[in-house]
Amino acid sequence: MKIPIIYNLRSLRQRPVSTLTTALGMALVVAVFVSMMALSNGFQSALTSTGSDENVFLLRKGAGAELNSGIARDAANVVAGMPFIAKGTDGRPLVSAETFVVIPLQRVGGGGMANVVVRGVSLAAFDVRRGLEILEGRKFRPGSREIVVGRTFARRFPNSEIGGRINFGGQDWTVVGHFAAAGSSFESEIWGEAEQFMPVFRGQVFSAITFRMSDPANFAGIKETLEADPRLYVDAYQEKEFYDNQGTLLNQILNFLAVFIAGIMAIGAVFGAVNTMYAAVASRVHEIGVLLSLGFKPRNVMSSFLFEALLIALLGGAVGCLLVLPVDGLVTSTTNWNSFSELAFSFSITPRLILYGMVFAATMGLIGGYLPARRAAKARVADALRR
Amino acid sequence: MPFVEIKDLAMAYYRDSQKIAVLEGVDLEVEEGQFVALMGPSGSGKTTLLNILAGLDKAESGSVIVDGQNVGAMSHKQLAAWRSRHIGFVFQFYNLLPVLTAFQNIELPLLLTHLSKQERRDHVRTVLDIVGLADRADHYPGQLSGGQQQRVGIARAIVSDPSIILGDEPTGDLDAASADEILTLLQRLNQEYHKTIIMVTHDAKAAERADVIVHLDKGVLTA
Repeated sequence: MKIPIIYNLRSLRQRPVSTLTTALGMALVVAVFVSMMALSNGFQSALTSTGSDENVFLLRKGAGAELNSGIARDAANVVAGMPFIAKGTDGRPLVSAETFVVIPLQRVGGGGMANVVVRGVSLAAFDVRRGLEILEGRKFRPGSREIVVGRTFARRFPNSEIGGRINFGGQDWTVVGHFAAAGSSFESEIWGEAEQFMPVFRGQVFSAITFRMSDPANFAGIKETLEADPRLYVDAYQEKEFYDNQGTLLNQILNFLAVFIAGIMAIGAVFGAVNTMYAAVASRVHEIGVLLSLGFKPRNVMSSFLFEALLIALLGGAVGCLLVLPVDGLVTSTTNWNSFSELAFSFSITPRLILYGMVFAATMGLIGGYLPARRAAKARVADALRR
Repeated sequence: MPFVEIKDLAMAYYRDSQKIAVLEGVDLEVEEGQFVALMGPSGSGKTTLLNILAGLDKAESGSVIVDGQNVGAMSHKQLAAWRSRHIGFVFQFYNLLPVLTAFQNIELPLLLTHLSKQERRDHVRTVLDIVGLADRADHYPGQLSGGQQQRVGIARAIVSDPSIILGDEPTGDLDAASADEILTLLQRLNQEYHKTIIMVTHDAKAAERADVIVHLDKGVLTA
């Protein structure tokens, strides 16, 4: 930059109203863009953190989702005896055969009904899934009608405090603990002992089996062995991949909307910037003439005005990011279309998203500033000086 | 060989395909270190001649040679670079950037050189001393009187140590006292610092300060 930046800064301050309104227009665009990306980001991270790449996830062949799946108790026993399953500290295999039922429950504060996942697990499930921890209370005791609930669930449904009773499947269940699961979709679920849920819901059939591999690098071989075993009749997935794919469609829609809606708004904001910069150039033709007469080159003038547009845009981008920061961590929910159950997740604004927002703003500024800056650079010195 | 040599210079504007001649067959020679006043009524082509000399405008025909260099043959890009090194331009209405301080205005031409920040500061301080505004460095143009603004304008014109100073009615917007100060300053630059000065004016009193007075009437030099 040959022409000093202070010239642009002070010139912007000379016309605060047009600078601020233009910046505010861009701020709104950036706010919408970043908040929608944050939504998509939060949704994705809820699903992504659900799966681990050390775990294998089994469903009945062709089922595709836990809701449609069924794995017989015999088959579950066969899987539990496989040699490639990692052992826990107590020497028992890290395998969890689980039942999966979706029930309707009333939300807190008359928020209507929502579908909730009731997952029947064994105590091993707490070790198979990494990042799982009991925040309050304790795990359920085998053989009792006790349940633990995820922390997101606890915030959104009544009677989920420790000692509370939740009625489903024609029984009362006592909440004995709240758990966290690294922000994953498990935090929206109710967990109890599979053996307790089976008679209540669907008989002696599991929905899915998850186990930890002793050698995660060998997933391909394990998958082949399991899928070829005639006693099992299962599809094997890497758990992380399975959950990642669940979110793909909704995520694509959210990302598309973010770009589409922000894109349309951006067109408006760019016109605002064009207008502002044309006005800036028009009112400073004489100054441009002076700069050129002193020996500054047209491209110096051009980059100076482009930079000025960029400054407005970056101001707008920063304001836009500040506007959306309060929604970070805000919890919302959607239906996970693969299980038809409620998945609560939070807006997640990451440094990367802030960067995207600023790049988005800068792009608007450069596009909006280009034509006016070019006009400034094309001014004829002698003519410009006469004005 | 004269320092400035203008030969058979012609310039015209076209309005609705009608040719309006501004300069016709102008010949002018200025020796190095001379202080020349260019006089004439308004519309006589004085400013156009000065703009051509400064490389701000291009002549239609004829040649302009300054310090051995053919200004007329340079491209716009070359002209910009040449201007920043060889020409100090003093305008009638000062043409300072209102958002920059006196110091920053004077520093502008130096931003096109390879001088370091410290060197630039030293140069600006030096010329501020010469024009007698050392204590006004951080004032904005709006906070200065007309005469002070013009002194800033002169400081900006000489800060990159150009060989020639061109003044376009540098006292035209000033009261008599301020005008006198500015003329004294220009004379000092001419005598002490041996700057070649070509000054357009229509004020006979101002022209008296110069070594040579040249008259321009209807685009023709009448000497």
